[in-house]
Amino acid sequence: MAPADVARYQVSPETGKPLRPRPWWGRARFPRQPLARHLVLALLGAVVLYFVTSALSPYNNVLVGEIALYLIALAGLSLLTGTTGQISLGQGAFMAVGAYTVALLMTHTHMNFVLELLAAIGAAATLGLLVGISATRLKGPYLAGATLLLALALPPIADKWSTTFGGDQGLTTIVPTAPGGINPEEWLAWIELAGALITLVLLANLLTSRFGRSFRAVRDNEVAASLSGVHVARTKVTAFAVSAGCAGLAGAFLGLSTGVVSTGEFPLTLSIELLAAMVLAGAGSLFGMWWGAILLVYVPQWSTSVSGDFGLGAGTSAYLATIIFGVVLIVVMIAAPSGIQGGLRWLWEHVSKQWSISRDERAAPRHATHFPPSAADHQPNLVHDPLNE
Amino acid sequence: MSLFINITLDGVTQGMIFAALALALVLIFRATRVINFAQGAMAMLTTFIASTLLDRGLNYWWAFVAALAIGFVLGALVQMVLIRPLEGKPDLNPVIVTIGLVIVLEGVAGAVYGNSSRGFPAAFSQSGLVVGGTRIAFSHFDVFILVAVLLLMAANLVLFRATTLGLRMRASAFAREVSRLLGVRVGRLLTLGWGLAGLVGALAGLLIAPTSAFGPYFMDLDLIYAFTAAVIGGLESPVGALVGGLVTGLCISYVGGYLGSGLEPLGALVLLMVTLMARPQGIFSRPSARVV
Repeated sequence: MAPADVARYQVSPETGKPLRPRPWWGRARFPRQPLARHLVLALLGAVVLYFVTSALSPYNNVLVGEIALYLIALAGLSLLTGTTGQISLGQGAFMAVGAYTVALLMTHTHMNFVLELLAAIGAAATLGLLVGISATRLKGPYLAGATLLLALALPPIADKWSTTFGGDQGLTTIVPTAPGGINPEEWLAWIELAGALITLVLLANLLTSRFGRSFRAVRDNEVAASLSGVHVARTKVTAFAVSAGCAGLAGAFLGLSTGVVSTGEFPLTLSIELLAAMVLAGAGSLFGMWWGAILLVYVPQWSTSVSGDFGLGAGTSAYLATIIFGVVLIVVMIAAPSGIQGGLRWLWEHVSKQWSISRDERAAPRHATHFPPSAADHQPNLVHDPLNE
Repeated sequence: MSLFINITLDGVTQGMIFAALALALVLIFRATRVINFAQGAMAMLTTFIASTLLDRGLNYWWAFVAALAIGFVLGALVQMVLIRPLEGKPDLNPVIVTIGLVIVLEGVAGAVYGNSSRGFPAAFSQSGLVVGGTRIAFSHFDVFILVAVLLLMAANLVLFRATTLGLRMRASAFAREVSRLLGVRVGRLLTLGWGLAGLVGALAGLLIAPTSAFGPYFMDLDLIYAFTAAVIGGLESPVGALVGGLVTGLCISYVGGYLGSGLEPLGALVLLMVTLMARPQGIFSRPSARVV
């Protein structure tokens, strides 16, 4: 054992428990209670995002809004695939349901905007519930195929009944008018960011609750989970409905952001790219989905500018983005399945370990270090043997 | 009545093609327990290569054989490079890798050949045969499809039932470790299985291309119909793939013919869901006991 490691594992003379080195930020602590912790983080995020969006141009605010809406869809997918172990290639279909719900309500009724968004979530979650009920009997590849078929089967319905769903032209959506002085792009970005932050807080809370533990238990071992009293089918259906609800909200925002809801906006590639971005960002993580959403929005932009530099046509540049996505997806899946967030977490743990070791060495000079007293010195009867007592 | 007959004939032809693609999925699933979602994209690529060769003035049959050979090599390469590193990893990983492969292959095809759909020639005349004075929706090319897929199924049956190689392949799929102990080169046989599937998929692509909008995404729907067919057949049995293909082809043809085109994927979705609800293990495979 290296002396530095010894310093890390000193035990308290009173309790016999290992002493944890005091963190560099001293005694200040985050709230322990999950809801409070997530709310504090979300508020901090909201403040930062307020300043960011105020500084950006209207065009960049549109992009920020798109990042927010993809974040919502990705967070739901991460909960479904990363935490519960169910794969879905139909996230785009649920987005379409949310978008069409909002567009139809806007065309035919004059409901409150928030109620319309809630209706979009509800409609998508209901479909998710139905799919989830059938999906409880399906495993990995079967579920992937069935949801893939869903993503292909839903959009033609809107084409078929084109009088209701607007056909090729689609249905128009109206963003609620911004309060005076705020430009509309910024206002929409705020609405979408607020939606994203609220979704993240709710999902983060769900994941730290009993449900979150059930999700992970079902993912890791269904038999063991059901033996421990987890209702496997109900857990899977819940995850599916929550994930679909997230997609519904994201779809509603996508409809608002483009101004038109038509089937062309929900191709199969959308579902596939969502899955790819979720895996790249780090399946199972919520916060990491920021990376996925940023990739989804900026890789096409970036590939357009790069292929412009190399003199490639506009047609080729669209494909360049998908090729990059695909190659990176395959490489990440084979080499680093925990994705960007997993890599960052590893880096952070590595760095903070180095940091605290060097701090410990400064606090406790090397000659003063000693091996921790062995467990046998303090607790002779570690295993209570009733026959010997 | 003639509408019904024509729709049925169309369904049988389509079903045969789905059966071929489903056979490719079954070959791979039996060997490596992976559903190859990139099967359609791989077939798309080999068909595009065949199309390029034809544009260069090559004879149709040489291009046909070249596409099959490239399909074989592509399948084997994919297994060696992408699937082998994932052995022993969670089920979801190969699914995601094959989907990544779909993205890459369709992107490459789109970048090289463009998004617009082009024509692909058929081996034989595509105008319907005349039976008893009326023209039916069954052409010389459809006869060729029927014969080709049935021959393929027969060859597959002979390979797996009557040859030592087929026996080894079945053994290495059934009990990998035991086969390895008995001296079977399991790794090579799995690669061979993927190669054969690539060949079968390439054949399906060549048969589908003349009757569909041949572009980078033309196999997306066909792949998912083939998946439905393979699941109906139980994912394990080639005979199941044939029957599943016919059922799916007929179902899609009836939905498209009577309820309106565009609703075919929905019909397939209902068919898939009903099958999975009623008999999750498929029609042609025995239920396996779950070990607790």
